[in-house]
Amino acid sequence: MSRPEDTLPPDLFYNDAESRKYTTSSRIQKIQSDMTHRALSLLHLTRPSMILDVGCGSGLSGEILSASDAEGTPGGPHVWVGFDISASMLGIALEKEVEGDLFLADAGQGVPFRAGTFDAAISISAVQWLCNAESSEESPAGRLSRFFNGLYASLRRGGRAVCQFYPKNDEQKRMVSSAAVRAGFGAGLLEDDPATKSAKTYLVLTVGGGELEGDITGVVRGMEGIDVMDSRRRAKDRKRGDERKGSRAWILRKKEQMERKGKVVKANSKYTGRKRRVIF
Amino acid sequence: MKILTLNFLTCARKLCKSSNTAFPLHPKEADLEIVETEINVLFLKNIMGRLMWEELKGVVGELGLPDLPPTPPEPETLVETKLQAPEGDNTGLNIEKAEVPSQIAKDLHRVLLETCVKEGKLVCGNCGHEYAVREGIANFLLPGHLV
Ligand SMILES: C[S@@+](CC[C@H](N)C(=O)[O-])C[C@H]1O[C@@H](n2cnc3c(N)ncnc32)[C@H](O)[C@@H]1O
Ligand SMILES: [Zn+2]
Repeated sequence: MSRPEDTLPPDLFYNDAESRKYTTSSRIQKIQSDMTHRALSLLHLTRPSMILDVGCGSGLSGEILSASDAEGTPGGPHVWVGFDISASMLGIALEKEVEGDLFLADAGQGVPFRAGTFDAAISISAVQWLCNAESSEESPAGRLSRFFNGLYASLRRGGRAVCQFYPKNDEQKRMVSSAAVRAGFGAGLLEDDPATKSAKTYLVLTVGGGELEGDITGVVRGMEGIDVMDSRRRAKDRKRGDERKGSRAWILRKKEQMERKGKVVKANSKYTGRKRRVIF
Repeated sequence: MKILTLNFLTCARKLCKSSNTAFPLHPKEADLEIVETEINVLFLKNIMGRLMWEELKGVVGELGLPDLPPTPPEPETLVETKLQAPEGDNTGLNIEKAEVPSQIAKDLHRVLLETCVKEGKLVCGNCGHEYAVREGIANFLLPGHLV
């Protein structure tokens, strides 16, 4: 199957029809929801926070950010701002009455928020699009660097970002993570289900100087020059010891994984249909 | 777009990055809308220290909304304790102390999170660029020559 990134620019690929197809597919909803929860678990938010969602699309992640801690969103409900380059995707987010503020914007042009605005940022399945330049005046490297520089500045000290993306190959993986490191982030790549069809790559980014330093920054500190630092998996392997396929420990772990994956997430927030009133 | 967001948004152009008039953007011909949401005192507490109060007051004035107090409220003033019966207990026999959002918190919530720009423009004080807002969504796509 060809990558959509190689066929059309994102605003044309995600037209009305594709955006609707994407948002209503229960398979996609499930995958995006799982990845959002995974990203949230890496952000370690402990209180309602101000969050940026880059390439927010129709708000599948946003609905999770708006949910409460009791509903499964750590530290929630959060307040979020999302931007996306596809007007059609944003149109669907409007229809769904998501709670976040939406912007039509191109991540490759930067992040137009003042320094220290956000506690955290997430980006689910979007950053790989920046590896394709939209015009001849711009290079993918230039767009990536504007994005990560802007993202870095817009996060508060001690803030964090998690970008799940689909790198085309190892070179793209390297290009994306080194752009983040050059912007000043502590960065690490972690991969879930590596070398399978459902492999997922998460770029975990930290901004030094805040109270968060010292927990998972241990995972991601000092990554300069290293392309993949898969510490999470290594830590798990160590813990697992000589656990064998089919053993009790193995079954328990698998069960836990399945449970995590089977987690039901409400598609509609409790605010759907809330009152709107025009004031003068 | 929430008034809260306007307290963080800047002009997207590179030439405005180091200008101190590119923030805040100025609403023009703005239609406002109230979108009610549940109050989130913990969020207010978290964000208070990050607000630029003077700029917030300025924008609120430009929008013709009632004046804000001269200085930002202290985080402790966002909650008050109230004596009340535990939830679901109608006997009137058990009274407990509960923390509830104060009027200050409710007012802040109303201004920052429920008052939204629905239509209009946001204008940069440095370069004069106008960002259109339609159905609450601001268009920040820059034509190539303005990036
Ligand atoms: C696969 S969708 C993911 C949407 C959403 N994050 C989710 O998980 O459902 C990828 C999104 O990235 C957006 N996108 C691609 N390039 C972008 C750019 N340069 N700036 C902002 N958004 C972009 C697309 O418009 C699309 O909505
Ligand atoms: Zn400007």
